[in-house]
Amino acid sequence: MKDNTSLTAKSMTAKSMTGASILWECLEREGVKTVFGYPGGAILPAYDALKGSKIHHILVRHEQGATHMADGYARASGQVGVAVATSGPGATNMVTGIATAMLDSSPIVCITGQVGSKLIGSDAFQETDITGVTLPITKHNYLVTHASEVARTIREAFYVARSGRPGPVLVDITKDAQQSTCEFDWEAAKPQLPGYRPDLSPEPKEYEQALELIHNAKRPVILAGHGIIISGAMAEVREFAERTGIPVALTLLGIGAFPAAHPLNLGMMGMHGEAWVNHTIQEADLLLAFGMRFDDRVTGNLKTYASNAKKIHIEIDPAEINKNVKVDVPLVGDLREVLHELLPKVESIDRSEWLDSIDKLKGDAAVRDIQNLPDSGHLYAAHVINDLWRETRDGDTVVVTDVGQHQMWEAQYYKHEKARSLITSGGLGTMGFALPAAIGAKVARPEAEVWVVVGDGGFQMTLCELATIVQENLKVNIAIINNGFLGMVRQWQEFFYERNYAATPLLNPDFAKLGEAYGIRSMTVTERSQVVPSVRAARQHDGPVLINFRVEQEDTVYPMVAAGASLHEMIRRPSKIVETAEDE
Amino acid sequence: MLNTYVVYVENKPGVLTRVASLFRRRAFNIDSLTVGRTEKPEVSRMTITVDADYDQARRIEANLYKLVNVLLVENITNQPAIVRDLAMIKVAATHEARSHVLELAGVFRARVVDVAPESLTIEITGAEDKIDGLLEVLRPYGVLEMVRTGIVAMRRGKASTGAPATNNTDHNVAEEDVSHSV
Repeated sequence: MKDNTSLTAKSMTAKSMTGASILWECLEREGVKTVFGYPGGAILPAYDALKGSKIHHILVRHEQGATHMADGYARASGQVGVAVATSGPGATNMVTGIATAMLDSSPIVCITGQVGSKLIGSDAFQETDITGVTLPITKHNYLVTHASEVARTIREAFYVARSGRPGPVLVDITKDAQQSTCEFDWEAAKPQLPGYRPDLSPEPKEYEQALELIHNAKRPVILAGHGIIISGAMAEVREFAERTGIPVALTLLGIGAFPAAHPLNLGMMGMHGEAWVNHTIQEADLLLAFGMRFDDRVTGNLKTYASNAKKIHIEIDPAEINKNVKVDVPLVGDLREVLHELLPKVESIDRSEWLDSIDKLKGDAAVRDIQNLPDSGHLYAAHVINDLWRETRDGDTVVVTDVGQHQMWEAQYYKHEKARSLITSGGLGTMGFALPAAIGAKVARPEAEVWVVVGDGGFQMTLCELATIVQENLKVNIAIINNGFLGMVRQWQEFFYERNYAATPLLNPDFAKLGEAYGIRSMTVTERSQVVPSVRAARQHDGPVLINFRVEQEDTVYPMVAAGASLHEMIRRPSKIVETAEDE
Repeated sequence: MLNTYVVYVENKPGVLTRVASLFRRRAFNIDSLTVGRTEKPEVSRMTITVDADYDQARRIEANLYKLVNVLLVENITNQPAIVRDLAMIKVAATHEARSHVLELAGVFRARVVDVAPESLTIEITGAEDKIDGLLEVLRPYGVLEMVRTGIVAMRRGKASTGAPATNNTDHNVAEEDVSHSV
């Protein structure tokens, strides 16, 4: 009855709306064009109201996929991604995707249905306390029990998700809040967040201290993180590096923040970073951390980490200051704004001595090219990725990687020149991320060429989303780096568990047949000479393509800093089959 | 060292859980946490004591501020402040011990709030060490039951700001942060 009267009222005044209609109206006003979701009982009123909305709903095959798609959408575009699910299992299936977005500071808003407000606490069918479950893995979350709260909550959710250090926000809306009606007034529903302060900036004294350290440093290095891309400070970082002559080392998520081909770009740091990059950091007398958080995968043993270096930390989140590494000067604020303050005051200093010594650390490794090594008859993942880079480097290409060996090889062998051209799960290391995140990336940037680079393990965690690709007719290319193992785990077993390959060999389906079953053009590649032709064929084909690259089974990512080891103590490749660094 | 924070939060459901969850999640050890109303109905006030070194104490403050519902955090550890704990202590007090217990309560300026044939219940308010002191001298008589509230604290004089305003309808949303449908 209530619904009928609300429909009549809506047609008469256009101001009185159901909570469900207000939800879509607010999403539209927030600029949302597409949402990724999966219906169910408690969210059905919202799905019913979708028919009156301009928003395109993409039906996923698992709610985890919806969150990764929203995340991929956000990372590809910088805009907030939206995922929708029902209560209970729908909501709990989102947990992995929310945690992934949280650790990588990705702005997503998750909308979940909840059982009727009178049933909350009764263990009703498909009831889960999802705001309780997601409390530590969201930037903020809401339980909405009245239609009149929907508009303000959605506005606050978007504002919180994208401002400051971005992150996931979950909005749980009870079924009765979706069904009941109220007056809708967008203007009156402004965010009321009296305790929320996303806009901090450093003290003048701190700028002076930073400038003094910069001007006195003999061996400075910039550590370029994800914050550069989030802040949109790529041009400022480049100008800063060029003006000061300071070389740049990248975190995994910082890849693309500074052009790979730039003479001051050293490459990736950390556990699988290039040897000379880690040595440079260890020998530095000043680290300039730009929007990065000294993750254990980039520092190694904290006791021996850059022990002779002063540290300047430019970071938007004050809780990151002195968390892992004690810093000398924190500059808490938006990186782009902080660099705008610093840029007019930095002096150009000749650092050729320092840069020459880094070149010596590199040896000839930096100019050596794996493509020039003779074809041994083996297909290595590095070949596949390097060839993929050569073929796609000139276009607007987005590579979305999963987690494991292929992810590290991609970071080493695909040279990213532009921000938002690599999307990967760094902090949480979520296997199964790549395929759905690539769907989100393609939806956000339909003109871009999107490649999934995924292992055979991770692919099978979310491969159901192949159906989503086909249903939405998305041109996404999938390169499975298939080594028949959970490769990175196998590598750890090789190094640290006496080659006891417990539970790492995989019995896989024929991925090409699987792709064909979904209606996706698929092929299998086993030789190096077939890599380029297969990539070309995939690029020319009008629809999605899956390539099953059957690579060397027991290949290993080098160099490697063992967990807990010092950053300069790297395990190096024993043979000379594939050079990753100065491996002699 | 023991740090004392006064934390003003929005009086909304679930805020206590958010604060408690933060301490658990970041592995900070709460020594005591009290929460109650303030002079403003929309603001609640927590007094939290935590064992933390200087850097940890800074990070706790920063992490508290990351909670959207937290309005203001004051670390009053080294500030002049009034710090009070309240305890109710039920002491075994048969006729010969009764006068001794009453005498001790009087010395500590504690109040007897319940008298029973076999026991006395004493209410005491004060700094934690004062309550510890009373407990110690009462223990030989037999402490049957005891409850303490944990401390509440307030800075002295003008230093205390009181509960911050929340009715900030002109919240500072930068214009470029808002997208409009077209």
